[in-house]
Amino acid sequence: MQQSKHNGHAPSIRVTNLKKQFTLHNQGSIEIPVFESLNLEVAPGECVVFVGDSGIGKSTLMRTIYGNYLASGGCVEVQHDGAYVDITKASPHMVAAVRRRSMGYVSQFLRVIPRISTIDLVIEPLLGNGVDPEEARSRAVSLLRSLRLPEALWSLPPATFSGGEQQRVNIARSFIREYPVLLLDEPTASLDATNRETVVALIKAALDKGAAMIGIFHDQDVRDAVATRHFDVSSFKMDMESAA
Amino acid sequence: MTMTAHQETIDQADQPLLRVRGLSKHYGMITGCRDVSFEMRPGEVLGIVGESGSGKTTLLNCLSGRLPPSQGRVEFNASRHGLVDIYDLSEPDRRRMQREDWGFVHQNPRDGLRMRVSGGANVAEPLMNLGRRHYGDMRQASLDWLNRVELDLSRIDDKPRTYSGGMQQRVQIARNLIHAPRLVFMDEPTGGLDVSVQARLLDLMRELVRDLGLAAILVTHDMAVARLMADRLMVMKSGAVVETGLTDQVLDDPQHPYTQLLVSSVLQI
Repeated sequence: MQQSKHNGHAPSIRVTNLKKQFTLHNQGSIEIPVFESLNLEVAPGECVVFVGDSGIGKSTLMRTIYGNYLASGGCVEVQHDGAYVDITKASPHMVAAVRRRSMGYVSQFLRVIPRISTIDLVIEPLLGNGVDPEEARSRAVSLLRSLRLPEALWSLPPATFSGGEQQRVNIARSFIREYPVLLLDEPTASLDATNRETVVALIKAALDKGAAMIGIFHDQDVRDAVATRHFDVSSFKMDMESAA
Repeated sequence: MTMTAHQETIDQADQPLLRVRGLSKHYGMITGCRDVSFEMRPGEVLGIVGESGSGKTTLLNCLSGRLPPSQGRVEFNASRHGLVDIYDLSEPDRRRMQREDWGFVHQNPRDGLRMRVSGGANVAEPLMNLGRRHYGDMRQASLDWLNRVELDLSRIDDKPRTYSGGMQQRVQIARNLIHAPRLVFMDEPTGGLDVSVQARLLDLMRELVRDLGLAAILVTHDMAVARLMADRLMVMKSGAVVETGLTDQVLDDPQHPYTQLLVSSVLQI
């Protein structure tokens, strides 16, 4: 395995012998194997980009690391308050605490309570961590400005926004806190070139501050700009036979 | 290392707010719910989902002191008593704890409101029951709450029977939150509401959970409401909890056949 540029730092994410398969009980208990024996370490300052054909399990792996999908075996350890928490075995309270303070996740989709204004959505992760509302607001303003979201939209709920505008709200929500670990699932999918560059700059700034990142990017330019290393998920593909 | 220990105490908020162990309720030969165990902390929202007849309401009634269980313990960290089994308390003590520390939002607002007094009085009454006597303050507090649930203030002196179902439900929710309870039980609270009012109430409840550390147990069959509101889910079938976990994990990667069926049956909009 390639060495990270922040040598000597303990990895922020440590995935060991991870296995994932789905069992569809209502379709004749069919087993869908995804990956097995998967090992991965991500150090502070690294951006590991998952590669592999569509359907190979890139998003599944990312979601399993986040605890959104349940691992079928192995463990996922994430640095939280100076110790490792195994996401696959931790209590729901602990996983929630890790997500609140240590591990952020940016998906392609914005899923929020309707009728809440954009700016309130953006500051929500800060308020959840006890940041003063005034300071949260000023951070949100500068972030939304840098993402070029028109000021007229800030007081509106994002339901009627375009795909690209919603995605920028989503990015602002995730980058307003400096998560030590950040998972990015196609955060630039519906952005134009200028906004893509802004997001690349945000990612690079977070990496320089020592964040550990995992990303899935279909856009070649973005991938080349931020990846410190590629990780091929297909080399851990589980055979149909070994699914049990 | 000390840092870790310190953070953990903050995280855990130490004592559970509610601890349920081996709770079962039988109606003669029929099982209402069986062997339910879980813990809740302040500021947590627990969703209970399952089809009708799965034991959700029976469980909610046992938890809220309204239906003594056949077996098991329901321990609540009461402000006057500390962590006690609520069924070990005397009837007056339990009633006082329910008034002070809890709220209960019924599915049918007529079950939770007094239909013969005005909407405004319905909202102010819990404060009066706790011994507040300053009429001006109570009126201000109820106006404030009626505002928060977006009720037309020109109607506050009318009786709830003249309100629409949605208005009644909003009055009931205000009535159950005005005294800053620590735990609120909600049985399909947004079932009969317009989607716009539902969204406003969801936002309001989220705000209270975050700012006041309010904990809530939310019985619902609406998976979208569960996803937005609940931190954790319990899935019930035939009186038993078949699956439990973080809400997004249960909904996105359900493990039990019944949960898979439930999640795959949701209509997409």
